[in-house]
Amino acid sequence: MRFSGWRVLREGLTGNKGWAPHWRDAEPKAEYDAIIIGGGGHGLSTAYYLAKEHGLTNIAVLEKGYLGGGNVGRNTTIVRANYFLQGNSEFYSHSLKLWEGLEEDLNYNVMHSQRGLINLFHSDGQRDAFARRGNSMINQGDDAVLLDREGVRKYLPYLDFDNVRFPIYGGLLHPRGGTARHDAVAWGYARGASDRGVDLIQKCEVTGIDIENGQVRGVQTTRGAIRAKKVGIVVAGRSGQVAAMAGMRLPIESHILQAFVTEGLKPCIDHVVSFGMGHFYISQSDKGGLVFGGDLDFYASYASRGNLPMAEHVMEAGMTLMPMIGKAKVLRSWGGIMDMTPDGSPIIDKTDTKGLFIDCGWCYGGFKAVPGSGFSFAHLMATGNHHGPAAKFRLDRFRTGTGLMDEEGTGAQHNLH
Amino acid sequence: MRLDCPMCGSRDRREFYYQGDAVMLARPAVDAGEAAWDSYLHLRDNPAGQTRELWQHEAGCGAWLVVTRDTVTHAVSAVELASDVKRAMA
Amino acid sequence: MRVAGKGLVDRSDTVTFSFDGRSYDGFAGDTVASALLANDVRLMGRSFKYHRPRGVLTAGSEEPNALVTVGRGAASEPNVRATVQEIYDGLQVRSQNAWPSLDFDIMAVNNLVSPFLGAGFYYKTFMWPRKFWERVYEPVIRRAAGLGGLSGAHNPDSYERAFAFCDVLVIGAGPAGLMAALTAARGGADVILADEDALMGGRLNAETYEINGKLGHVWVAEVVDELAEMDNVRLMSRTTVTGAYDHGTFGALERVGHHHGRRDEGAPLECFWRIVAKHSILTGGALERPIAFQNNDRPGIMTAAAVRAYLNRWGVSPGKALTIFGNNDDAHRTALDLAEAGVRIAAVIDSRTDVDIKGDYPVYRGAQVFNTSGGKALESVSIRTINGVEKIQTDCLAMSGGWNPTVHLTCHMNGRPTWRPDIQAFVPSEGAIPGMVAAGACNGTFSTHGCLAEGAQVAGKVLGMLGKKQPDLPLPQAEDAPYRMAPLWAIAGKGRAWLDFQNDVSVKDIKQAAVENFRSVEHMKRYTTQGMATDQGKNSNVGALAVLADATGRGIPETGTTTFRPPYSPVSIAAMGAGAQGKGFAPERFTTSHSASVEAGAPMIEAGLWYRPSYFPKPGEKTWRQSCDREVGYVRKAVGICDVSTLGKIDIQGPDAAALLDFVYTNMFSTLKVGRVRYGLMLREDGTVMDDGTCARLGETHFVMTTTTAAAGAVMKHLEFVAQCLHPEWRVAMTSVTEQWAQFAVAGPKSRDLLNGVLDTPIDNDSWPFMACGDMSVLGVKGRLFRISFSGEHAYEIAVPARYGESLFRELVSRAQGVGGGAYGMEALNVLRIEKGFITHSEIHGRTTAFDVGMAGMISAKKDCIGKVMAGRPGLVAADRERLVGMKPVGAVKLLSAGAHIFAKDAEAVRENDEGYVTSVCFSPEVGTYIGLGFVKNGPERYGEVMRVVDHLRELEVEVEICPPVFFDPEGGRARG
Repeated sequence: MRFSGWRVLREGLTGNKGWAPHWRDAEPKAEYDAIIIGGGGHGLSTAYYLAKEHGLTNIAVLEKGYLGGGNVGRNTTIVRANYFLQGNSEFYSHSLKLWEGLEEDLNYNVMHSQRGLINLFHSDGQRDAFARRGNSMINQGDDAVLLDREGVRKYLPYLDFDNVRFPIYGGLLHPRGGTARHDAVAWGYARGASDRGVDLIQKCEVTGIDIENGQVRGVQTTRGAIRAKKVGIVVAGRSGQVAAMAGMRLPIESHILQAFVTEGLKPCIDHVVSFGMGHFYISQSDKGGLVFGGDLDFYASYASRGNLPMAEHVMEAGMTLMPMIGKAKVLRSWGGIMDMTPDGSPIIDKTDTKGLFIDCGWCYGGFKAVPGSGFSFAHLMATGNHHGPAAKFRLDRFRTGTGLMDEEGTGAQHNLH
Repeated sequence: MRLDCPMCGSRDRREFYYQGDAVMLARPAVDAGEAAWDSYLHLRDNPAGQTRELWQHEAGCGAWLVVTRDTVTHAVSAVELASDVKRAMA
Repeated sequence: MRVAGKGLVDRSDTVTFSFDGRSYDGFAGDTVASALLANDVRLMGRSFKYHRPRGVLTAGSEEPNALVTVGRGAASEPNVRATVQEIYDGLQVRSQNAWPSLDFDIMAVNNLVSPFLGAGFYYKTFMWPRKFWERVYEPVIRRAAGLGGLSGAHNPDSYERAFAFCDVLVIGAGPAGLMAALTAARGGADVILADEDALMGGRLNAETYEINGKLGHVWVAEVVDELAEMDNVRLMSRTTVTGAYDHGTFGALERVGHHHGRRDEGAPLECFWRIVAKHSILTGGALERPIAFQNNDRPGIMTAAAVRAYLNRWGVSPGKALTIFGNNDDAHRTALDLAEAGVRIAAVIDSRTDVDIKGDYPVYRGAQVFNTSGGKALESVSIRTINGVEKIQTDCLAMSGGWNPTVHLTCHMNGRPTWRPDIQAFVPSEGAIPGMVAAGACNGTFSTHGCLAEGAQVAGKVLGMLGKKQPDLPLPQAEDAPYRMAPLWAIAGKGRAWLDFQNDVSVKDIKQAAVENFRSVEHMKRYTTQGMATDQGKNSNVGALAVLADATGRGIPETGTTTFRPPYSPVSIAAMGAGAQGKGFAPERFTTSHSASVEAGAPMIEAGLWYRPSYFPKPGEKTWRQSCDREVGYVRKAVGICDVSTLGKIDIQGPDAAALLDFVYTNMFSTLKVGRVRYGLMLREDGTVMDDGTCARLGETHFVMTTTTAAAGAVMKHLEFVAQCLHPEWRVAMTSVTEQWAQFAVAGPKSRDLLNGVLDTPIDNDSWPFMACGDMSVLGVKGRLFRISFSGEHAYEIAVPARYGESLFRELVSRAQGVGGGAYGMEALNVLRIEKGFITHSEIHGRTTAFDVGMAGMISAKKDCIGKVMAGRPGLVAADRERLVGMKPVGAVKLLSAGAHIFAKDAEAVRENDEGYVTSVCFSPEVGTYIGLGFVKNGPERYGEVMRVVDHLRELEVEVEICPPVFFDPEGGRARG
């Protein structure tokens, strides 16, 4: 069923009886050509692109809970392509281009809003680092503008230019950066995959991976055994547990990231703003709530909830940077499990087991990568070759030291990225 | 979240710094080989359950600690001085 | 209307406030809601999506409709619940989300097109034409969205945060909580009793129950008086416990100053508490459920519990002819209380058939309300009885669908509540929060006696766990009526029956979501936005769950609940971040030369948490470059003074101090002689450079290490890690002495002469050669002298205990000025070090290795060190890595900028051709042009090559010649002179 304004109009006039399920609930078959473990943003987009780009439709997505119930269901919705290291640059650039055609492609309004993203900087050194980043972005064919203090003031007059603890020297503007409605992205990919024949199977937890002679044979699940010669692991914070089923140890430590939303307010923040001296980023959703977050809680956790010290620190950053938000009230907080890698950059790679692939290590930046990751992972699973824009996301780069992508420059400690 | 520092008593989490898994105590020999060093620095069991981790009481006495903690419930079952743990490993 | 002889408000204290510009009177103790109802004002808000006229639904913080903006100007606060805001003289209140007025709101047109605005409609449209989403649709949606507005001005109020500790935290001061607190306190425990309300007492202030033969609120006052006298009790009213966190930590928001208009008395407006409790008792009560039927949202329709609260606590009847509609016995007390107060009852409607209702008013059993009428205020309700359909004229409908225990806090740590079919409600699951027990209505025990008994009982158990004795405390007498109800979630009907009042989510929307396969409760919530409003589903969750269960053929427990998360009710960002506005966000660190620098007119810039002078302008100088060039000249030609105290200084002592240094530095330090300093490079275990600095040997077992300003903390942590975690057998101790010593660079050809004017023992090139160090008395003060140079000139650093810093700085500067030199700041410091190719964290930015910066040779082959093995990974020693070089402009453009990228001369400036980047640049007076440091693939093999530096951001393209990263005195002779 095609979505459109006409459809909404017609259905509204006839009692809204014609709407159909956005995706088909399927019973698991005994065998598929490929299985995707994980029905989050990346798992669903992988399935979609396997079907759309590679004609692989006899595939299943196995989700232990409900579709899109993990990190894609609760994040700060930021979409950007402002990375600067080789490997990341080309990937996010490709992903952003996919975002720009996504609504049309999926026929689903994911509310992608390229309202502009500004990274503030607070010293000469930080400015130089952002200049390197901005030039990288332009070298890549994307957009960046270096704003000085007055340039920032034109966009963000509400910042505390006079008293903020770390003065605003300027900012790096990424005009094509912005936000999107996270649930819609998951549901849009789900609908697109389902329409193309992909089986989406919820409440189906993978409990084992069957491997014979170094080749994957299928999986064991809470809903029975399912055979497949290709299996892709896309489970974010749970990567360690699922990879262990295949005898793998990953360079991943799972951490908690909190995020917050306020009660709905009339429009006051029109961009995505990020503070350079105390990890803090904020935007305003189309419903009016301020959506913001900061650093990890910094201790390993699967609890999907955080503690007060980091929550308070995030509020502190907000108060020094834009004290006008003081009277906004935090309505809800939530937490997700972040799969942190030693350089903070992701992994899209084959494994030592033939037919077993893994897509993980997105740390806290997975949402913007949903289209690009799915596209690249689908390419890898379908053809066995790395997709150009994702070619550097190798699992073995930590062992060899080749192609490390440490955007933060903090070295091989998982929680510092 | 609170930790019972053996030197200082029960203190709020905000006084502590978390580094990572306590495997970092077992530094490989120079000639231990690529796999051993890759494992030491990068690979992690990363369990959803009990772990042993290295924390430091950064805003307090500065002691490095080995904390035995459940990553699902955050329940802490032991806090020991890292130097004691390391000595016992010898 | 106000009712005589009822209420706890102070009728002798009249309060005047305004609502939407009109003045109203109330009494001290009134909320905005109760005072407006007393003045027969029903219309208090508009719903979010359809802008339907709304009145107040409840009498508490769970209020979804009556959200108002309070105050004016910078102090104005949006989204305040009219049911929580206490009135005071001069209080200004405005309605929200209606234009041009609450009474006539243009956006109500949404209501007319509601068939097109159902759940999820925006996902199905607004996609064409493509550019219209951002240019047209989204801006319109954003302007229509949101409830209240922020003022846009910096928050002018003050807030605080505090910690509190106790044995027992009792959350909620109703009958169960008061008994629990009293029991625990009399048993000798340290007790904190918190309640979100201004008055302790919970429902006892809203009902006419008696305890020990007295009205409930009288008993409450007695207990509160006793608790207030006890030293081991802390009463916290107006304090909402907002979150349960690990290990007995709770967040709580105290509304310190919202109930009066006074702002400048030194008290904060709000205080965010962290309460650490060994045990906690949740006695948070229960919230009444609305019932879903067509047009159940008109102003004048509210919960029965709210009607009783307005009557008994505030002495207000919300109507002149009230109707009660419920599915339980409890609702009937509403009619009894109203009738006794002389208020007319239009009808009592009970959905159950087998009930015995007494009263001098029309009663309908086995009947349901299925529709209502009245535009901006309720006028009638339509009921379906066993006999047919009837219309009842009424101006207030009190509805009661049963009670929901307030389980939320128990679910903050991933717990789910337990469904109890006997009360058709969720109750806390045992053990969901370690150390927390629930009692009373929030535990599904609804009678007054039950609450009192359970509160005492759990407190008794807690006392036992604390090792304390049970007090001898008789249980007060109170009613013990059973809770009788029959589930009634939604009434069948054609129109929209509202579940989530604020977000305008109806029964139809839930059913529609199920049809579109949003069948899990999480999907339904996100698709319809039910439960996502400011009440976070307190008024709609269970009802919506019941509708969804029905629509998907499952039971309620099987359908499950969504997660409850902090905060229980919304908390201002300013309170949680109290103290951080302005400079409070992070400490400010000042050097001992700070005031002298400020006096001299130096702009002070941030270096981490420190402030350092950028340059020292002289009268007549118009640009910073002029000052900078002059200061560079001081150091190259005369002598310059610079405060370098901010660099980390770590004192390391012990027989194994040298072993520690050999292990953390790449080069050897055990061979360093006493009285000598050595430059050291420190790696992370992954082989990247962590920091560099100098380390001085003051004695056989005594070293002083310096670090960069930025890495001081990280290095200290690292040394402790090595000493405690890797080599606890080493006998070594270390301490940070960064703040204990003030340290100044004295640099330039005249440096020794200047120093010999202040040192108590003069030095010469033999007694104090390059890299010598040691104790040295300075103008009678015991200090230290290091002959090291970051400028490449003949230079020293002189250190004295910090209390002498300012005076030594002034002395040194004055003497330097006497010989044609003076103070120099960060800009000049940077030029001097770039000219010499000395690296900073611009070059060792966390991704570079010793190999990259040309210092691979500093990794000693004779010993292990941190990072040695991993630095040898093939990827880290590949020849084509980007490696440190210098560069000079050789074309027409002479400017250089840091952050530019480097390309082969004729290559297009795109990522594929990227060969490197520029890290540090400056104008060099020595060279007469801009110079730079940076990294280029295969750098050291490309000296002499002309390359292209491209800075798209600054629109700069420069031809440069790649050269060794040193532009002046490459042999280093000047430092040794």
